[in-house]
Amino acid sequence: MCLAVPARVVSIQGKEAEVELSGASYKTYIYLTPEVKVGDYVLLHTGYAISIIDKEEAEQTLELFRQLEGFSQDES
Amino acid sequence: MKVDDTRAAQKLIERINRCSIRPIRLMEFCGGHTVAILRYGLRQLLQKNIIMSSGPGCPVCVTATRDIDKIIELSRKTGVITATFGDLMRVPGSFSSLQQSRAEGNDIRVVYSALEALDLARQFPDRQVVMVGIGFETTAPTIAVSVLQAQEEQLKNYRVLSLHKLTPPAITAILKAGETRIDGIICPGHVCAITGSQPFEFISSQYGLSGVVTGFELRDILLGISMLIEQIIEKKPEVKIAYRRAVQPGGNTKALELMNRVFSTASASWRGLGVIPESGLQIKSEFEYFDAEKVFNLSQIETHEPAGCSCGQILRGVKVPTECALFGTVCTPDHPTGPCMVSAEGACSAYYLYGGANG
Amino acid sequence: MDKKVLLSHGSGGKLTHDLIAGTIYPSLANPMLAQMDDAAVFEINGKVAFTTDSFVIHPLFFPGGDIGKLAICGTINDLAVVGAKPLYLSLALIIEEGLPMQDLERVMESIKNVSNETGVQVVTGDTKVVNHGSADKLFINTAGIGLVPSGVQISGTKACPGDKIILSGPIGEHGLAIMAQRAGLRLKIQIESDCAPLNSLTAEMLEYADSIHCMRDPTRGGLATTLNEMAKQSQVSFRIFEDRLPIKEAVVSACEMLGLDPLYVANEGKLIAIVNAEKADDILNKMRKNPYGTESVIIGEVEAENPGRVVLQTRLGALRIINMLSGELLPRIC
Repeated sequence: MCLAVPARVVSIQGKEAEVELSGASYKTYIYLTPEVKVGDYVLLHTGYAISIIDKEEAEQTLELFRQLEGFSQDES
Repeated sequence: MKVDDTRAAQKLIERINRCSIRPIRLMEFCGGHTVAILRYGLRQLLQKNIIMSSGPGCPVCVTATRDIDKIIELSRKTGVITATFGDLMRVPGSFSSLQQSRAEGNDIRVVYSALEALDLARQFPDRQVVMVGIGFETTAPTIAVSVLQAQEEQLKNYRVLSLHKLTPPAITAILKAGETRIDGIICPGHVCAITGSQPFEFISSQYGLSGVVTGFELRDILLGISMLIEQIIEKKPEVKIAYRRAVQPGGNTKALELMNRVFSTASASWRGLGVIPESGLQIKSEFEYFDAEKVFNLSQIETHEPAGCSCGQILRGVKVPTECALFGTVCTPDHPTGPCMVSAEGACSAYYLYGGANG
Repeated sequence: MDKKVLLSHGSGGKLTHDLIAGTIYPSLANPMLAQMDDAAVFEINGKVAFTTDSFVIHPLFFPGGDIGKLAICGTINDLAVVGAKPLYLSLALIIEEGLPMQDLERVMESIKNVSNETGVQVVTGDTKVVNHGSADKLFINTAGIGLVPSGVQISGTKACPGDKIILSGPIGEHGLAIMAQRAGLRLKIQIESDCAPLNSLTAEMLEYADSIHCMRDPTRGGLATTLNEMAKQSQVSFRIFEDRLPIKEAVVSACEMLGLDPLYVANEGKLIAIVNAEKADDILNKMRKNPYGTESVIIGEVEAENPGRVVLQTRLGALRIINMLSGELLPRIC
């Protein structure tokens, strides 16, 4: 629950980080994700970065879904 | 990461609908899932044997009337700026609402983040800024951090009213009550981003039900439902993670550490579920300076519950909104009787706003 | 020195005269106004359209415009969408004492710019100054008069089943631009208000006047609210196709972050036109040639069943009912 959107980290200064999503930027804090690096994607919830998004897993989910597009009628 | 997954979604829906199953009931715990499922129209598109019901995962809806009254009383105190998330503004208390309190001239600010409340505290050093802390495990760590930030900066006028609640006890309460036969639970993706999936494993280990942690995009919800059905058909209940890009089994340990540094568990009163032990978060004595409960004298005013409101039963998944006598007539988003009609994630509001159409 | 508007500027005496002559008139200069009579007097022949609107927006200045631009465009647009050619405006200012003179000058400059662009002049007005706390910096009321060409009958009651629904461009920009300016929000977005005068667009569309049944500009309450109003007025239903709705990615993201639905976010430079299906493509092409209609698109159609209802067909083919906005549009966490 709770609205959280993926945003890309563009810069980090101490505990503060600037994240970007589709041209919008937000100054957040990374107390909850101290290991984050510039270029990572985080989940932004109520102004804080609450989790780092695993890019490989993200790609795998997309891939899983893409495979479905070629899903054959015979499979059950 | 915007992707057009329409065709793939249609294929997955076809695949799910091809499964031959007896009626199965899935509960989406989380209000965000309720809204997403209704917004995508999934109830219309999935086969009739998949019955979706909504659980009490809307932090605004489960906030007891007494607590709403408490917030309103706080907002009326001299010198207080009440900072609240927008969700709470129109929730009816026994006699009033924050929106009405603001109209009376009390200083209530809608904030997107506790960061704004901290800014207000810096900006108005002679006022007391109280951040109303609602939300589950997704939000509690952010409020905890705000307390730590205030402490670091030695802010003298920042307080938090903690009404945070924990998710697993609520699921336990529903399963224990056994009022409705559930076969599987769609577990809250962003709560689990913090807690991990481990605290939810009791769903399968103790109750023999299937659980899947999933996200809120269309592809995530469909994958989650598909995984649940597979488990149910194969009679292999487990709690699995479909939202692997955001959720680890152990969760975000740093966030949990900070949350537990500031908060300890306490019993909490849930609308619809009553008092559940160890289901709420209270500020630890080490941080009592920031605890609005301790700082302000909030009296025990008599609570008045709205007559005929079925929020409690709806929150337990026993009734659907359309089965409430007040739904759509007396109770609408414009003049809500209970919180389920106010919160965008409330089942009643979601049904009203996103309910299907014939044809 | 930081000059401010004072109560005495509103007392009707010399200071008032100086304020008007020094700050207000120069931006509006036109022969009718220069008469300085208590009322503007002019001849007019034909069917008259008359409208009024008040503007209390906060903050006064936002990306893409300010309260002055809004006040002029808003009233011009209300005339434009009934098929009228806007002719004259009135301008009433209620100024809170303490407003920096510089702000008033900026607002007047904006008003001048729109007036020049559209050729619609302010021919009469009023200025008041009130105590601190009695107005939020500046309130503006504008009223407008226009002429509806003979034979043109555009009204909210005239939508017919089978008609197509055209939207003149992307939604959600104005409301978001305002919200992002809200004090305290640490969000910086590259979205500007779409505040714009639509009279040149509608003037060109009137080539197909017989085929245009209704027009409206979706302002407060967003596209969803306006569509509901129109459906109820005409007692028909609308089917809108989700995958045809023009929404910029930046708007989608910002709305997702704040928990807003773009369908309910205000617009100030867009119009909805409900037109005869046969001429829909021609009207669309005409609109796309105007700078304020380049991204026009057919977003749906009118049906007879379930009068008053607006339904959204999702990209998956499910249908969901779209209601009017309830309460305020507020950011939420869940």
